[in-house]
Amino acid sequence: MIEIEHVTKRYGDVAVVDDVSMVIEPRTVTVIVGTSGSGKTTLLRMINRLVEPTSGTIRLDGVDNRTVPGPQLRRSIGYAIQGHGLFPHRTVAQNIATVPSLLGWDAGRIRARVDELLSLFQLDPAAFGARYPHELSGGQQQRVGVARALAAEPNVLLMDEPFGALDPIIRTKAQEDLLAIQRRFGTTIILVTHDMEEAVHLGDRIAVMDAGRLIQYAIPAEILARPANDFVETLVGASDRPFKLLSLGAVRDAVEPGEAEGAAIGDEATQRDALAELLWSGRAAMPVTDDEGRALGRVTVNGLVKRAARPA
Amino acid sequence: MRAWLPLFLRLCVLALLVAFLVSPQVFEPLLKPLTQNGAPAIYNQGSLLSLALQHLRTVAIATVAAIVVAVSLAILVTRPAGVEFLPLSRSLVNIGQTFPPVAVLALAVPAVGFGEKPTLIALFLYGLLPIFENALTGLTTTPANVVEAARGAGMTGWQRLLRVELPLSLPIILAGIRLSVVISLATATIGSTVAAKTLGEVIIAGLLSNNLAFVLQGGLIVAALAVLIYDALSALERMAARRMGQVSAE
Ligand SMILES: Nc1ncnc2c1ncn2[C@@H]1O[C@H](COP(=O)(O)OP(=O)(O)OP(=O)(O)O)[C@@H](O)[C@H]1O
Ligand SMILES: [Mg+2]
Repeated sequence: MIEIEHVTKRYGDVAVVDDVSMVIEPRTVTVIVGTSGSGKTTLLRMINRLVEPTSGTIRLDGVDNRTVPGPQLRRSIGYAIQGHGLFPHRTVAQNIATVPSLLGWDAGRIRARVDELLSLFQLDPAAFGARYPHELSGGQQQRVGVARALAAEPNVLLMDEPFGALDPIIRTKAQEDLLAIQRRFGTTIILVTHDMEEAVHLGDRIAVMDAGRLIQYAIPAEILARPANDFVETLVGASDRPFKLLSLGAVRDAVEPGEAEGAAIGDEATQRDALAELLWSGRAAMPVTDDEGRALGRVTVNGLVKRAARPA
Repeated sequence: MRAWLPLFLRLCVLALLVAFLVSPQVFEPLLKPLTQNGAPAIYNQGSLLSLALQHLRTVAIATVAAIVVAVSLAILVTRPAGVEFLPLSRSLVNIGQTFPPVAVLALAVPAVGFGEKPTLIALFLYGLLPIFENALTGLTTTPANVVEAARGAGMTGWQRLLRVELPLSLPIILAGIRLSVVISLATATIGSTVAAKTLGEVIIAGLLSNNLAFVLQGGLIVAALAVLIYDALSALERMAARRMGQVSAE
């Protein structure tokens, strides 16, 4: 659990983070969104004390983070810096091995971990391990940056716009991988992004920041349904709010009894994908099957449209 | 295209230099026309080879001392605790450079006597500035994002310095060392005015006896050494820069 209590950071007279309090539950993904310069990076960096708060306290599992020496604290927290920040004079493998070698892991364990992470991020260890960062594409550099943050299997992972440079396909894949890692190891992730879509997709909770203040901190459905003010509403994007809401639910939860014609959709898909498919194929209903192909019923345009309405 | 040509030329220079130092007599017919009244064409008051080695030794000692002091100083004044000494150390090192080496020699002789010592002092002071300036540039221009990533990974101040900042500054520090070495190779010749064993002896002997052949061979040996060492250090520098994907300043 991460408890942020009345944390303020001032540079001169300006409070770039202004009296922020929030509690982050263990084994959850919290996404921080907000406009450029709203203090997202600063808030993130106060958690591992790359920035010292002007006032307030941050506790990790009940321990005030000021009681742990900085370097030791930071080795225990994964940090994917904004814009990858890879060491240009070290190979991809050496970059990923940074924290494990600071922690004194033996060479065999480090090599196994590096190979595991490279494979996980779709980078062939034999081809990429020995390359230097300037020999990679921007998206590959970014994935190596995330792999480096994950290397020592930290319980807490801070990620500052980790997927900004990825194309939509790799980005979706990287998001799925991150969620898979998060579920497998129970990592607590705090991720900064500009992309509301990404926030809704990844976040168990979303924190909206504006001019250093925490405007709203709630589950995605709540943010979509009841934005705290006009700023949050604009950020959410009023025009596709219903679709974002649908993207939060699985088809499984919208199944109605009955039959329908045509191609079926899996019950794992999001309700938004189901609606898009229905609209695109000009049907009013389509069959739903589970992952073994058994018929479960159908989803209908009418049923989905009701679900897309603002919750009461 | 013709990538081997520069290398071939360098090997030729090296071969000629070694041949001349080992058996200068072979080259006597070439230099004979420059002498008058049957004066010797090849330096005959000592071995050219041992003079060249002494010359290199003097430069090497002075340069190593300059590297140690200049780089340490640059590290010191780029740490948070030392920033306030930055202007002071800059001006001290600048004084070292503006003071003419001849004057340093003249002042050092009464203090430390004749021989190698005053030359070492002059070369050391003269070599400090380029190394210090470059080390300072290197250490203050490491990308902030990379240094922050090192902090974020939990490196201590020392670990950041040794594993990130110094390796990243290496190409530019090497450039400073190269400059310093070449200046020292030339400046060391005047050390012979205070009885240091350097190749300057050959040139001075030539000037005193009006023997152009001596002056020329002393000058050429120093020049060949400078060119070869300059090239070798440039290659080292490019290698270090290439590893980091930096475009070498050709
Ligand atoms: N070391 C510093 N000194 C002075 N001002 C700073 C410093 N670091 C950040 N700031 C200011 O604090 C504000 C918040 O910066 P921060 O990096 O937290 O923004 P951000 O929300 O991460 O923005 P972005 O989305 O562009 O990354 C900005 O206005 C920035 O100029
Ligand atoms: Mg930021």
